[in-house]
Amino acid sequence: MSLNELWFVLVAVLFIGFFFLEGFDFGVGMSTRFLAKNDMERRVLINSIGPFWDANEVWLLTAGGAMFAAFPNWYATMFSGYYTPFVVLLLALIARGVAFEFRGKVENGKWKGTWDVAIFLGSLLPPFLLGVVFSGLLKGLPIDGDMEMKAGLFDMVNIYTVVGGITVVVLCLVHGLMFTSLRTTGALRDRARKLAHKLLIPLAALFVIFAVMTYFQTDVFEVRGLPLGLMAVVGLVCFLLAGMFMSKQKDGWAFGMTGALIVLSISGVFVGLFPRVMVSSISDAFSLTIHNAASGHYSLKVMTIVALTLLPFVLGYQIWSYFVFHKRVHEKEHLEY
Amino acid sequence: MDPLVLARLQFAATTIFHFFFVPLSIGLVLLIAIMETMYVVKGKEEYKKMAKFWGKLFLINFAVGVVTGIIQEFQFGMNWSDYSRFVGDVFGAPLAVEALFAFFMESTFIGLWIFGWDRLSKKVHMICIWLVALGTTMSAFWILAANSFMQRPVGFEINNGRAEMNDFFALIGNGQLWVEFPHTVLGAFATGAFMITGISAYKMLRKQDVQFFKKSFTIAVIVGLIASFSTALFGHQQAQYLVETQPMKMAASEGLWGESGDPAPWTVYAHIDSENEKNNFEIKIPYLLSFLSYSSFSGEVKGMHQLQTEYEEAYGPGDYIPPVRTTFWSFRIMIVAGCLMIAFGLYGAYLAWRKKLEQPNKFFYRCMLWGISLPFIANTAGWVMTEFGRQPWTVFGLMQTKDSISPSVTSGQLLFSLIAYCLIYTALAIVMVYLFVKTIKKGPNAVADSDDHSSDPFSKEGYHHVS
Repeated sequence: MSLNELWFVLVAVLFIGFFFLEGFDFGVGMSTRFLAKNDMERRVLINSIGPFWDANEVWLLTAGGAMFAAFPNWYATMFSGYYTPFVVLLLALIARGVAFEFRGKVENGKWKGTWDVAIFLGSLLPPFLLGVVFSGLLKGLPIDGDMEMKAGLFDMVNIYTVVGGITVVVLCLVHGLMFTSLRTTGALRDRARKLAHKLLIPLAALFVIFAVMTYFQTDVFEVRGLPLGLMAVVGLVCFLLAGMFMSKQKDGWAFGMTGALIVLSISGVFVGLFPRVMVSSISDAFSLTIHNAASGHYSLKVMTIVALTLLPFVLGYQIWSYFVFHKRVHEKEHLEY
Repeated sequence: MDPLVLARLQFAATTIFHFFFVPLSIGLVLLIAIMETMYVVKGKEEYKKMAKFWGKLFLINFAVGVVTGIIQEFQFGMNWSDYSRFVGDVFGAPLAVEALFAFFMESTFIGLWIFGWDRLSKKVHMICIWLVALGTTMSAFWILAANSFMQRPVGFEINNGRAEMNDFFALIGNGQLWVEFPHTVLGAFATGAFMITGISAYKMLRKQDVQFFKKSFTIAVIVGLIASFSTALFGHQQAQYLVETQPMKMAASEGLWGESGDPAPWTVYAHIDSENEKNNFEIKIPYLLSFLSYSSFSGEVKGMHQLQTEYEEAYGPGDYIPPVRTTFWSFRIMIVAGCLMIAFGLYGAYLAWRKKLEQPNKFFYRCMLWGISLPFIANTAGWVMTEFGRQPWTVFGLMQTKDSISPSVTSGQLLFSLIAYCLIYTALAIVMVYLFVKTIKKGPNAVADSDDHSSDPFSKEGYHHVS
């Protein structure tokens, strides 16, 4: 495997890690709006992701940093091309991050209500926008010979990308609901699992619609038909198993299945893209690839050594932090947020 | 409006705002780590209370620092895509390492620290806060490694029309980094320390929890004094380094148009006329600029006119003189603020040492309260000087600011983001100050009280508070 390929995989892994981890944060954040019946339940929900959400969000920052270091042209084209969606994404992430910290600081209904809106929108908009962005990468964007992406609103936001965005939102929501049923007790836990179960069919429908549209709107099935077909079969099995585990109340296993669906979906995007990183709708020759978008060999080599040295530690202490907080969050214990 | 102006305005606004919170986080977490270590070593509950109380303020601040940092990571690509393409090969690496090494560390261990009081042993909990402190400091190191490359590009070669890294160790061994990093980080330690001394002084003035705040003041004033004094020392080093590597910035920060003469005097005040490229009125201290530049009482410093000629020969025709008035005054504002910090620190440490903190000393306590602002002023002014003084370059000698922006981003988009960021940042600032004041007014005991309400009275922690 060349270093360019390795870094493509590493960036993919960082995004997969991000969607797997922050995915359930987003889901929990969204569900505070309709799953929690009162302030205490809302607090339990927020506290269930309390120790984790910040570190989970770092996966996105690291993915961005890795793109910058390994594929500067990809970073430059995508971030400047998707300027306005990224501004909204940043505003949402900002509001959400401080909301967790600020919400519980004042005992006042209006105060909490304001931050609840921030948590909801801050958890809903990022997966939607990132879904729109990633489906856009597959569909193709007006990227010219200078690698400049000059996209109008409808190049970025169209039926295909919106379906992609909604799919990611629902996927994160189901994943977050399963996380909730894994981390809470009693009625909240049961409600979360039941809602997740109900949402499985709509989620499957969204996946099918998105796959059909992908078949007609992109070239990824022509290029990578076999691996994507296999992944779809595995995805189907995960769906069935998820439904089964949910009805048997095996929350851990069901959470594993929703996580597997996230891993499959995001890797599907990267498999479809490879060896491109952004598809140009103007000309195939203008597409950004792991070669024309990449840093030089020396830089990639240095970054490889650094990343492969640090990643085991990062994974180690992050897993340890989940182990430390493996107990379910309970209304009667001390709630930090 | 000109996209370049808007992009620069946005970078300045978001970065300055972000850098109110970052140094405060770096400084506060160090002091909290010290306090918690004293708790673990001495076993006295009051140190735990201290770590918890200052921890509340730290967490409010940390949250804002983290979220405003996300913009920083993204805005190179969003607003400065040509810059990102040109230097990404070199500049991207420290940013990626920062995320991988520092961001993961601080975010994971802060979660463990906040939620782990009852779940981790005392020692492990203490190690967590030290790892957060290490993470924040390492974050500063890597981002400053990237900034140092902009000030003094090293470890690269021009290939395929862009800068490509060819020596990673040159990048982290950059002389600029090793004067800039200690100067910045020590300034950050001082920022945290002066926040604690200022708030403690206010509380002592109001005669609330005097013992608690006296102890906090004593710990913080020692850190604050050492940190601000060392910041000045490294600042001196940095000035000398500047004369060698970016003489134009030095000349501009001195308002020095012609030759300085030997020995060179230091200009305290100048009425700068940038249009006619001269100063109308100056107050000078003899020998001092020679001392600042070379640590000796002789030596000439080059002026802007001569440097302009030299730069034209080296880089082609163009205007290489940065905004002189901004550079000149920001430098002086930083120095005055820094000197006041050292003076306040000295007197505060003297009072603590002679055990005179409890005697009514209203004037000094008020000074310390207002002194909270000094490191913020110094940090901001220092960065304004550093970044304005480098103009017209983004990467000195390699790439100019006007060539760095994103060609595909329109002024409309930039205006939208600028307004949106400014609005949300203003809201954040208001909320943050409100929460700071609220937390401070409640004091350290209220923090423990509010814990009681939500904690289980039968748990160890709850039992302890009740008893």
